[in-house]
Amino acid sequence: MTIKVWLDSVVQDAERRGLSPLRPLLESLAQATSALRIADWNADATGESLDSRGSARTDAR
Amino acid sequence: MPAERQTIAQFAQALRSGQLTAAAVTDRCLSAIDERNPSLNAFITVFADAARADASRADREIAAGRDRGPLHGVPISLKDLIDVTGTPTTAASRVRDGHVAVEDAPIVTRLREAGAVILGKTNLHEFALGTTNEDSAYGPARHPFDLARSPGGSSGGSAASVLADMAYASIGTDTGGSIRIPAAICGLVGLKPTIGEISTAGVVPLSSTLDHVGPLCRSVEDVAIVYDLLRGATPEPQQPAVAEGLRLGLLRGYFTALLDQHVAAGFEQATMKLRGAGVALRDASIAHAGDIAPVYVHIVLSEAAAYHAKTLESHGEEYTPNVRQRLEMGRYILAEDYVRALRGREVLIGEVDAAMSDCDGLLLPTVPITAHKIGVSSVRIGGADESIRNVTLRLTQLFSVTGHPAVTIPCGVTPEGMPIGAQLVGRRGATTRLLAVARALEPYLGPGTSR
Repeated sequence: MTIKVWLDSVVQDAERRGLSPLRPLLESLAQATSALRIADWNADATGESLDSRGSARTDAR
Repeated sequence: MPAERQTIAQFAQALRSGQLTAAAVTDRCLSAIDERNPSLNAFITVFADAARADASRADREIAAGRDRGPLHGVPISLKDLIDVTGTPTTAASRVRDGHVAVEDAPIVTRLREAGAVILGKTNLHEFALGTTNEDSAYGPARHPFDLARSPGGSSGGSAASVLADMAYASIGTDTGGSIRIPAAICGLVGLKPTIGEISTAGVVPLSSTLDHVGPLCRSVEDVAIVYDLLRGATPEPQQPAVAEGLRLGLLRGYFTALLDQHVAAGFEQATMKLRGAGVALRDASIAHAGDIAPVYVHIVLSEAAAYHAKTLESHGEEYTPNVRQRLEMGRYILAEDYVRALRGREVLIGEVDAAMSDCDGLLLPTVPITAHKIGVSSVRIGGADESIRNVTLRLTQLFSVTGHPAVTIPCGVTPEGMPIGAQLVGRRGATTRLLAVARALEPYLGPGTSR
């Protein structure tokens, strides 16, 4: 799930549950999650490290 | 030095020489609580009668020749996350209304067996999920030097209780900095030991893989005494290291990029004093420092959400709004991102190990700012507005993530008289060595609680 799809769905769910004030926190969490996903320690199922393939691919899955 | 401002070690000497009794110092602490707790809000529950009874028993034992060791008769407070038989563990939350602990936490059993006098339970940020102590069902704890300011958190009531002479020591918990932050902000010594050294059984969890238990005290020597007791080691006479010849890595970059000007100046002055004492300081860095916060937040919020999910569904309205929101946020973190954070933790452990491979420890400020005004949510620092939460966690959370032992030592005060802390980090599993190094450095750093 991409960050964008994740963020859209969790914001929608939070609003449905009456937790609208959560939105800015979830947006901030999305930034932290993006940073985590592009970190160079992440392994890739192809056997290559992310830093050698380019971090931009991380979120395209 | 007034009796109220004694260290544990000084009291132990006075007790055995007959100059003081446990009953007398316990009465003094209880009087300080009566006098100052209405304004400081440091304690949620006070065990006055039980404390007096325990103190009298401690005195009778000393008179009869039964000496339980350095904590015999010492009045101590406990963060209200720690179970004490037959009393509520509130976690500073309405969610816990009606709770009564059925047994003592193992660390409380150890304290009792050592003859400590348990004074009561201290205020905290609800469920320890915050660094200011402002989100508490019992209202905010306040800084003994300035009631308009926060004593830090989450163990804010613990720090306030020691600083205000209501207790000789307090037992807190630290998941991202919750012992070190309030200790630094209150000019105390606070220890987060190596992960896993002290039992967290009977302690309400925040994050099951990051929670630490540790002491807040008035000196490194006192912290070492309480640490030895809590981990079940037989306290031995400590041989402090000698400052001259020690080698420390000075963390730069991320760790000094965002500091209040008075904290930066105070810390710089402290490093000059250490150099003057013959301590060799060299720059050190952590390659993935920029990833510390993302790693931390994904681990803490996921683990906290797992503990709270059911209660959020049934009692969501009973949490304070900010804590509820942060817990709800954790429920949306994906498993794959939690696992990425766990991998990041291993990377950071390796980098902290490497940074101190050829030295006796790492040195950095403990908190980038000093005590902030209650009700303020952001601070202007480095030309930008930063959230108090993010700023206060910035320099402590790394070592909660990696499990390295870290101790904060007072290293001066701002022109307004608010304390500044220096943080010393040691090798995993070498907390005793860290404390020996800290004890050697302590005399060269600035004043702490002597105000």
